[in-house]
Amino acid sequence: MSLVAQTSNQPLIVWDWIGRNLTNIWDRTVEHIVLTVIAVGIGVLISAGLSLIALRWRRSYSPITWVAGLLYTIPSLALFTFFVPFTGLSVLTAEIGLVSYTLLILVRNMVTGIVEVPSEVLEAADAMGYSRRGRFLRIELPLALPVIITGIRLATVTIIGLVTITSLIGLGGLGYFINRGLQTFSSPIGTTQIFVGTVLSIALAVTADLSLVGVERILTPWRTRRIGR
Amino acid sequence: MSKSPMITLNDVSKRFVGSVDDAVTNLSLTVDDGEIVTLVGPSGCGKTTTLRMINRLIEPSSGTITVAGSDVGTVPVHELRRTIGYVIQQVGLFPHRTVRQNIATVPSLLGWDTDHIGSRIDELVDLVAIDRSILGRYPLELSGGQRQRVGVARALAADPPVLLMDEPFGAVDPVVRGHLQGELLDLQSRLHKAIVFVTHDIDEAILVGDRIAILNTGGILEQFGTPGELLARPANQFVADFLGSDRAIKRLSLLPIDVSLLEPSLPGTAADQCMAAIDVGATLKEALDAIVSGNGRDVAVCAEDVCVGTVTIDMIHRRLTE
Repeated sequence: MSLVAQTSNQPLIVWDWIGRNLTNIWDRTVEHIVLTVIAVGIGVLISAGLSLIALRWRRSYSPITWVAGLLYTIPSLALFTFFVPFTGLSVLTAEIGLVSYTLLILVRNMVTGIVEVPSEVLEAADAMGYSRRGRFLRIELPLALPVIITGIRLATVTIIGLVTITSLIGLGGLGYFINRGLQTFSSPIGTTQIFVGTVLSIALAVTADLSLVGVERILTPWRTRRIGR
Repeated sequence: MSKSPMITLNDVSKRFVGSVDDAVTNLSLTVDDGEIVTLVGPSGCGKTTTLRMINRLIEPSSGTITVAGSDVGTVPVHELRRTIGYVIQQVGLFPHRTVRQNIATVPSLLGWDTDHIGSRIDELVDLVAIDRSILGRYPLELSGGQRQRVGVARALAADPPVLLMDEPFGAVDPVVRGHLQGELLDLQSRLHKAIVFVTHDIDEAILVGDRIAILNTGGILEQFGTPGELLARPANQFVADFLGSDRAIKRLSLLPIDVSLLEPSLPGTAADQCMAAIDVGATLKEALDAIVSGNGRDVAVCAEDVCVGTVTIDMIHRRLTE
């Protein structure tokens, strides 16, 4: 069944519908953003903790990424519905699933970012008389920032896509429209809803990605600013 | 000598965990104030390990090291390192900090106020010949020679009495290296630090070192002395081989012309000879070069267009064998 197969006198997009539902579209967009920000925020906190453990005890890195990798491979449909009997059709259920998906990307980039700080820079920092903690906060962390932010960008874009799946448990942000549209697929209202949900979701992902690139530029002027040579 | 050395290594050994051989074996060395001691030897001779034990980047297995009279093992390690300048081949500038911030690293750690740091940076910029316009740049925007100078300025920032340098000029091209070596000697003539300088290049060791420690595999000290002593009387075959087959020529490059030993110049020919003469400030190596590219016997020595005497090939020979 393709959209093009619709009878030709029916419009694919009902622009009126969009105008009539602006409030709802706005609310769902906000919901989408809130679900994403909570997921990435909590994901960053948990991943930071896991990364510190992995960096402190290097042997724990493999098991940590193994578990995070396992979570990453669970089909999202299964993950969101698995917790419903325990936590109901709630934001908590949605976030448990969403946060799980951020961990692998974030832990891997956080650890890689720190580990890849050049050894001569660390040697110089030690020789200048930095404490272990001072070296981490003022040398290693700032230098790892580009890789860490890349991880956050990847996680954010992934989560913005995944939030739409949470429409299965009554949330979904813009996924709500996609889900509704699929249920009334043959009607112009249906295709309009799918169109609105999809386009806005993509727009959110692109905006988030570009904003984070901007944040990275501001936080790491030493990487982008090169004069000649 | 009445004054005690700035750095003393007393019977220091290091064996790394998991290794059966010592990296450094019963090493004793001293470095005086205002002196550059070069550590030179083949790969695996423990010269870098030795250097890094002085600021405790590596802890010795046995023996004691003192800096400015106190055992480094008894000083809190971060405080110790803030009083010892450190320069390495890869420089290790902090890429996320500007040149100014890099230079200010140790003063900031020591808690100097902004004005104090600012005036110190002004001094260093002049001292190390850094172009003021690069102070706001990041390390990625600098050339190799500029980075190395900033590295030296950073090491000197808090005016430490001791400077450790690990092949500091190994990564720059020969022309820039020559400049940097000259600048280091010039700097040292004004600052009088105690400097330990690691290199694998014997010519560099001879050029910058007041004394040279030649190390063999396993950190065994083969000979420790001035360049002149080593070249005139190598302690053994290893030292002789390491100094190279042109030992006599290297020695001549260290010997200035001694005016009191000059042969009188031939009467009446002074003006002619001075056309092809050498300056009185030249070394015997330059004199030899002038002789072999001239008549093969002698060369006139002039001081400001006045002929003061003649260097002969016999005289050079006598200077080498005395």
